[in-house]
Amino acid sequence: MLECCEKHAELYNELEKYIKSLEGKKGILINVLHKAQELFGWLPQEVQEYVAEKLNISPSTVHGVVTFYNFFSTKPKGKNQIKICLGTACYVKGADRVMERFLSELGVEEGEVTEDGNFSVHGVRCLGACSMAPVVLVGEKDFFGKVTPDMVPTIIKKYKEEGK
Amino acid sequence: MHLTTNTILICAGGACISSGEESVKEALERKIKEYNLQDAIEIVETGCMGACSLGPIMVIYPEGIYYQKLTPEAAEKIVEEHLLKGRVVEEYLYQGDKDKLIPQPQKEIPFFSRQVKIATRNLGVIDPLNIEEYIARDGYFALHKALKEMTPEEVIKVIKDSGLRGRGGAGFPTGLKWEFARKSPGDEKYMICNADEGDPGAFMDRSILEGDPHTIIEAMTIAAYAIGANKGFVYVRAEYPIAIERLSAALNQAREYGFLGENILGTDFSFDIEIRIGAGAFVCGEETALINSIEGERGQPRVKPPYPAQKGLWNKPSNINNVETLACVPPIIINGPEWFRQWGTEKSPGTKVFALAGKVKNTGLVEVPMGITLRELIYEIGGGSPTGKKIKAVQTGGPSGGVIPEEYFDTPVDYESLNNLGAIVGSGGMIVLDEDDCMVDVAKFFLEFSVDESCGKCTPCREGNKIMYEILDKITRGEGTEEDIELLEKLGNTIKDSSLCGLGQTAPNPVLSTLRYYKEEYLAHVRDKKCPAKKCRDLISYVIDPEKCVGCTACARVCPVNCINGEVRKVHEIDQSQCIKCGSCIEVCRFGAISKVSPAIE
Repeated sequence: MLECCEKHAELYNELEKYIKSLEGKKGILINVLHKAQELFGWLPQEVQEYVAEKLNISPSTVHGVVTFYNFFSTKPKGKNQIKICLGTACYVKGADRVMERFLSELGVEEGEVTEDGNFSVHGVRCLGACSMAPVVLVGEKDFFGKVTPDMVPTIIKKYKEEGK
Repeated sequence: MHLTTNTILICAGGACISSGEESVKEALERKIKEYNLQDAIEIVETGCMGACSLGPIMVIYPEGIYYQKLTPEAAEKIVEEHLLKGRVVEEYLYQGDKDKLIPQPQKEIPFFSRQVKIATRNLGVIDPLNIEEYIARDGYFALHKALKEMTPEEVIKVIKDSGLRGRGGAGFPTGLKWEFARKSPGDEKYMICNADEGDPGAFMDRSILEGDPHTIIEAMTIAAYAIGANKGFVYVRAEYPIAIERLSAALNQAREYGFLGENILGTDFSFDIEIRIGAGAFVCGEETALINSIEGERGQPRVKPPYPAQKGLWNKPSNINNVETLACVPPIIINGPEWFRQWGTEKSPGTKVFALAGKVKNTGLVEVPMGITLRELIYEIGGGSPTGKKIKAVQTGGPSGGVIPEEYFDTPVDYESLNNLGAIVGSGGMIVLDEDDCMVDVAKFFLEFSVDESCGKCTPCREGNKIMYEILDKITRGEGTEEDIELLEKLGNTIKDSSLCGLGQTAPNPVLSTLRYYKEEYLAHVRDKKCPAKKCRDLISYVIDPEKCVGCTACARVCPVNCINGEVRKVHEIDQSQCIKCGSCIEVCRFGAISKVSPAIE
């Protein structure tokens, strides 16, 4: 359970601080969920209930919003999130085959986390770097452009080594 | 301010960052410091310069030498040769036809010289994080003119007379929209900027926000003055963290300088802007869905009327404009409507930014006068096919748009002409398709997107598009029938007529337009189980040409399922029953011995 450990208590504290900083503003649920996901990595039911309580809205409303938007995840994600752009430019340049290679190399399904918790693979909406198509983004900042399926093992290796 | 001998503009647009701009900049700084030149040479990180396929790019002034495809090593060499000794480093110059070196392509190459930059006027020219550079380029002059010399009605009239139309897709006259919001009764109104750029393949809004955030702040403030709003929101996609970061910084600077906040420029007009971050829902580009999302709810569209101008955010009169539309506003206020009308056509005046991508040589952002032909855009500016393969069509307008075959490339690009062809200008994404692209597959790709992004509120969109997708999937697997094709057409038209919002009303467009121009491709899938572009996996097989195969074993080694058999220096063969058609073999074969055939070999 999440409540059990101190680290989470800290995260809840920080979330509460953030909610307080928004006092007086209207329609802040999505902002709060962004913050919560940033802190916890995903949005487990407990966190959703906590947000509902703090904002004085029903948990079902929170859940409705969480599941509506692609960005919010109700499942944990890997330490390294591999995001494969599935925008049009990337698609016509073979992003589907890059995706397949990632899944087969890591032995997971889309959205699933590898056993060691190191990776998860996600197909994402257009990242807006269409001239580098196909594009892969690892984490928030590491862009790989003009990716071919053959480059996939090298990309994975890079993060495996960093993890050690 | 100290005097410098050289200024280096380095592009920090999305594509250049992803191709290693940061390490190039670090190398520059390191080397410059090594020679103790840091006071004489200024490095400025700018917004997107547009020629994204050449990245990372930098331009060195005063000469204006354009260096492309840079690496950290290149940067070091350029410091030592160009900056220290005044010798241009030829290997990183732009190469034109017949390998001719062109040090200043911005003056000579159609990709640059044919452009007219209004919305993107500051991209690649200024440091987006420096408000003074924006002001030096006439920034906030339009705001001053509007607040001090014009009434709100006069501002609206200028925008109306300019003929500016919404650049987000629908093409609704901007001035008219402002007028509706102005005339709508209420003392509390909202000005919203739609920066939820969701069309896959379009990235002009991202580039403007990242490269020139102040123009959006200035334009929103002018619009707010015109309609009578005191509070504004920018709704940005969460996928664009750099845009959010730069816009936040720009907002703080604008407040510091008195361009935002209480009593702007000493007038009694007050206005401030808050950023709201999206959470990944394409439908939120629809204005009423966007409003719901700002309110912190599920981003489902509302029934119109009432329009946002009457009942928008928190049921108050609201005006929503797209990023690129707003970026055109300050220059129009300064230069007047006639100035804007010198470009473009009677009904579609001005310029439009297009994101060229796909199978075209020069990919990137281009701003061109409306009314330019597709041929000029794709061949002259885009440079045609990068591989020599035949360009088949262009897809415009993303999931809401359609394909335009090569035969129609002499059509002028404006709202009406593209609509007549069953496509749309949309937000300006242009994906060039060649003979390797299957039209049924392209239609399926876009429909899958729309099905996934349908909010589920109205039945035609939620259920209808899903059924259309299933039919397309059947066809690409070779299991479709001719009745299926008829049903697709019927369903598509019904969904267009009966959906609640723009998403559903336009979602069938990619299918209907490919059916209109490429019915024979659909029929080939259905009748002959054949994919003419050899793209649909279930309808193709990979084969090795025994005449060409030298038995190098490269394909056998790369095959993930070990289905390629053969000994060294002997002809190899693919076991069709095991082949998963991943295409790895074709990529590694250096002898052109592997090819695809359709229909598939049983």
